[in-house]
Amino acid sequence: MADNAKPVTDGASRATPEMRTTANEVAVEIMNLNKWFGTFHVLRDVSLKVMRGERIVVCGPSGSGKSTVLRCVNRIEDWQQGRVIVDGVELTLDLKTIDEVRREVGMVFQQFNLFPHLTVLENCTLAPTRVRHMPRRAAEELARHYLARVRIPEQADKYPLQLSGGQQQRVAIARALCMQPKIMLFDEPTSALDPEMVKEVLDTMVGLAMDGMTMLVVSHEMGFARQVASRMVLMDAGQIVEINEPKTFFEHPQHERTKLFLSQILH
Amino acid sequence: MEATFVRRELIAPLPPPLAARGLLGFARQRLFGGVLNTVLTLVSLLLVIIVLPPLLRFLIIDAIWSGTSRTDCLAETLGRPVGACWPFVTAKFRQFMYGFYPEAEQWRVNVTYAIGVILLVPLLIPRVPYKTLNAIAFFGLFPLVAFVLLVGGMLWLPQVETRLWGGMLVTLVITFTGIIGSLPLGVLLALGRASRLPVVRMMCVIFIEFWRGVPLVTVLFFATYMLPLFLPGNWRIDPMARVLIGVVLFAGAYMAEVVRGGLQAVPRGQYEGATALGLGYWRMMGYVIMPQALKHVIPGIVNSFIALFKDTTLVLIVAIFDMLGQLRAAFADPNWATPVTLFTGFAFTGIIYLVISFAMSRYALYTERRLDTGARR
Repeated sequence: MADNAKPVTDGASRATPEMRTTANEVAVEIMNLNKWFGTFHVLRDVSLKVMRGERIVVCGPSGSGKSTVLRCVNRIEDWQQGRVIVDGVELTLDLKTIDEVRREVGMVFQQFNLFPHLTVLENCTLAPTRVRHMPRRAAEELARHYLARVRIPEQADKYPLQLSGGQQQRVAIARALCMQPKIMLFDEPTSALDPEMVKEVLDTMVGLAMDGMTMLVVSHEMGFARQVASRMVLMDAGQIVEINEPKTFFEHPQHERTKLFLSQILH
Repeated sequence: MEATFVRRELIAPLPPPLAARGLLGFARQRLFGGVLNTVLTLVSLLLVIIVLPPLLRFLIIDAIWSGTSRTDCLAETLGRPVGACWPFVTAKFRQFMYGFYPEAEQWRVNVTYAIGVILLVPLLIPRVPYKTLNAIAFFGLFPLVAFVLLVGGMLWLPQVETRLWGGMLVTLVITFTGIIGSLPLGVLLALGRASRLPVVRMMCVIFIEFWRGVPLVTVLFFATYMLPLFLPGNWRIDPMARVLIGVVLFAGAYMAEVVRGGLQAVPRGQYEGATALGLGYWRMMGYVIMPQALKHVIPGIVNSFIALFKDTTLVLIVAIFDMLGQLRAAFADPNWATPVTLFTGFAFTGIIYLVISFAMSRYALYTERRLDTGARR
């Protein structure tokens, strides 16, 4: 797995810090986001700018608001103050705009959220055919392409619950990719998996990162983070504590909270 | 035993021991496994022995199979105990089936049934193709065709007023209309009740609670006798249509609550998964949430359908004669007045209701199993 971390031949896809300043295309911009669940202040003035091709890994203790931030990017979660701009489009109250943004943003959930009444193939073709009005044949071809890419082409006609957790999560990734999103969100994609299945999902994600996908990942897989992250984000108590290059983040964390967090999870 | 262990060979699977398999194993484990179990088995056996012979005696052994009037079914004339008087049913059969639908026009009812069966059977068999087309034909076209055929007054068909309708025809018309009307209405009401828009939600809640809070008998009474008083001038709705509307609204309210139960069983993640794909509300509900919700509540839906099927008998109180109504009317015929007429009639209709309800329930069970996509292993 380690050799995967080397820069890919496809140079344009791997965003280095230098490239970021020149390419300068903003994929996601979160500005001063504030959110309350009832009276509980879950997000406190969160701001984050994600460039195209960047891979941001967000970590932090549970309840720190990291998943909530992620869910604001496609407005599955509402907020009270602040702005979120995705691919140049601001998420307002307008449902049509929101749905348009959601089509460009793929999301992978901790619990997979596959549709159990549809086969794997139908899971993958539903949105392309019903939302993008792609012909069935073309959608199935696309779906098989992505299923092959996540290395489970032979499971296309099974139902999700007949697959293992790792396979289900890879189907979920393929399903999201079938909408050919510009940005992918991963909400703790390996937390619900048996230990033996974590690697197959992470490998898929690494492959995706290699291809230059813009990714926002909430994860505690520090090996994965080290390998693919352009920047690390640590959240605690609803706020961003530290944003840093992975090398600095892991080897010379600046904030006390980061040091504590890393010491807790890297034994 | 050593403290450490490393397996050298994997154990191959073996068949279960003989005592656990076959009829003997089944009997030992499931029928006579323990005192309570044995007692239950014996009590059940006893019940069968008590109930079954007299039932068979009445329905078959002692039954009268042919005859033309009450005298053929009297114990005095025959000099033996008398079971069911089936000639009564034969003589009144047309009445049970069609009510007072003119005999010359009864073919129209049969043609309607035939079309219905031809469209329904392939719809029920999963393997037959063209399901969408078939469904449109059955749920969309068939009601129109049935309306034209049964009511008439169009094309070359003479009109048959609905007050002449009766028997099985009325039972089936009300049940069918109730079913195809209440399910979509129930789905919409359930969605409305789960809606985030307060006005929509409030209206649906009021509607559901109103119709659920009122007994069907009241609804029927109101529709038949009170509604005309509120309608302007000589606005007149056919009495059968009034009853049908009442039944659909009533059944729809019940259906809404059944469907709402199904909606609650769909995990939030399903909504999120569909939302994240940008499906939008209606496509999310139509392709992702509703199919799962309805699958969860198939037993409840069929329960409502069967209840509706049997509740149709209540239309008797507004002078519409369904099958049971026709039966009761037939009891009044002095030509067939015998001590067993009542039992025979109720046995006959009872069996018909039982067969149809049981068929619905079995088919639903089959559908449940078919739609069970690996959730149970």
